[in-house]
Amino acid sequence: MKDFKIITVDQVGIGDRVSRITKRSVKNEAKIHGLRMALNMIDLTTLEGADTINKVKQLCYKGMHLHDAYPDLPTVAAICVYPNFVGLAKEQLKGSGINVASVATAFPSGNSSLEVKITDTKMAIDAGADEVDMVISRGKFHQGEYNYVFDEIAKIKETCGKNVRLKTILETGELGSLDNIRRASDIAMHAGSDFIKTSTGKISPAATLPVTLVMLEAIKDYYYETGIQIGMKPAGGISNSKLALQYLMLVKETLGDKWLTNQWFRFGASSLANDLLMQLEKQRSGNYQSKDYFSKD
Amino acid sequence: MSRIEVLKTYKMYIGGKFPRTESGRYYSLKNTKGEEIANMCTGSRKDFRNAVVEARKAFELWSNRTAYNRSQILYRIAEMLEGRKAQFIDELMQIGSTKKQAENEVFTSIDRLIYYAGWADKYQQISSSVNPVSGPYFNFTIQEPTGVVAVIAPEENGLIGLVSTIAPIIVSGNSCIVLASESKALCSVSFAEVVNSSDVPGGVINILTGNAEELIPHFSTHKDVNSMLYCGNDKKATQLIKENSTTNLKRIVVKKDIDWMKNENESPYFITKFTEVKTTWHPIEKIGASGSGY
Repeated sequence: MKDFKIITVDQVGIGDRVSRITKRSVKNEAKIHGLRMALNMIDLTTLEGADTINKVKQLCYKGMHLHDAYPDLPTVAAICVYPNFVGLAKEQLKGSGINVASVATAFPSGNSSLEVKITDTKMAIDAGADEVDMVISRGKFHQGEYNYVFDEIAKIKETCGKNVRLKTILETGELGSLDNIRRASDIAMHAGSDFIKTSTGKISPAATLPVTLVMLEAIKDYYYETGIQIGMKPAGGISNSKLALQYLMLVKETLGDKWLTNQWFRFGASSLANDLLMQLEKQRSGNYQSKDYFSKD
Repeated sequence: MSRIEVLKTYKMYIGGKFPRTESGRYYSLKNTKGEEIANMCTGSRKDFRNAVVEARKAFELWSNRTAYNRSQILYRIAEMLEGRKAQFIDELMQIGSTKKQAENEVFTSIDRLIYYAGWADKYQQISSSVNPVSGPYFNFTIQEPTGVVAVIAPEENGLIGLVSTIAPIIVSGNSCIVLASESKALCSVSFAEVVNSSDVPGGVINILTGNAEELIPHFSTHKDVNSMLYCGNDKKATQLIKENSTTNLKRIVVKKDIDWMKNENESPYFITKFTEVKTTWHPIEKIGASGSGY
């Protein structure tokens, strides 16, 4: 593993900066702009044991036709599914410009051998995945085997090659402290991840603003140090527009406009899209909306 | 040493909590002598929006309770009101009722809660039907709660107006957001405290205070509100509500010139104003003598 400085996090300072963000409100034109931007950054996700062919098809359709009643809406950034549905999603999304992301590496626990993880990743890539979301081995991380975690990420990135972007899930809810999150972020970036991602969405707490800020700071430092731009993806628990806009503010103020595209920032979410759509309709019609008028999946 | 009385802060009731209005606005409530007795929240569009979110959440839970359980809980509200009747009589007197009138209003309110509590597991029995059809079907029609109901409570009565509108709405499983009487709002907040200690799940009853004219456009256009009850005589407001309701075809009920103290204004028909009719065709073998269903 490369030698890099271990950086500790000022927990109080992080809390303070986040609380300044959450007290702000975004209105009118800026709000509409932010809502559309957030829609375009969504990795529309279904990662259930009960996923079926039709559910994935439906999700792909939703990603392409978010709300046809509203003119000129962007599409989502990607559809995120398990490896066995990648081929299907790819076929459904043909020509739409929407990427297919696949979780891999024994998602969500990551408790398996490296061989199995590489096979899992290969399977997703062979089926046509544009992006791979891997999980780190949290158990090894807690045992202090940082080299193992680093090498594993590097191997998976090697499997992905240049053209498939690798998002590394830290599962911050299982890492304990902000210091650990910072360290895991640094390991993931140095090992070659293209994105770092907060959570699998399978455990609580999932993404939070403080955790995201710590990771954004890590990305900033890494960028200053190496000139390499790394993407960020908070996932899980971001289900309403207000929160999504707060994340965007956090990105804007920590990393700047360069990160405010779906090339470099994503939301892993399933129900967020509908809330954003309801807010956009509210802005357009002036009336508060009801879930009854938006498709569920 | 004389003691300085601790005055009560009157807040609103949204989702089982007592928040102040997000707008920070308030209006003064005066007693009959013209003295200020309380500052009331002037509820805003956003308070209403928050209340609708809570009411929608609570609807799922409340409408899935058994009728028997809803009955028990309505009865419980009556019990709690009985225990605090002195406070309500006092509050009604502060805003202009005589002792006799105040007592009468509080007792009638308690009795009305009991009345509707009794209907919880019975109104469906008298309003539903088994329908004759030509074919091997068991065809029946039942009433189901409409959903989230927004209410502009009567301006003239502080307590009985609130109870007489809330009870028949929630008894079938609806949740509601009620704008209390602006000039007689004192009791409404105290009533919310009674509700809060009566096992009513948070969000089933939400009580706002403020100005009807300001809030009616928002009450009537919100697409997640399924039905609206307007108690008042204002023709313009009535028309506005009816027009706005077309955004999502809300079921609109208007009650004007009603003396809520009279027993004739409690009725199971008032419950079914806020229910929807569901008819089910259930295939069966031929059972009628004629060879058709019932």
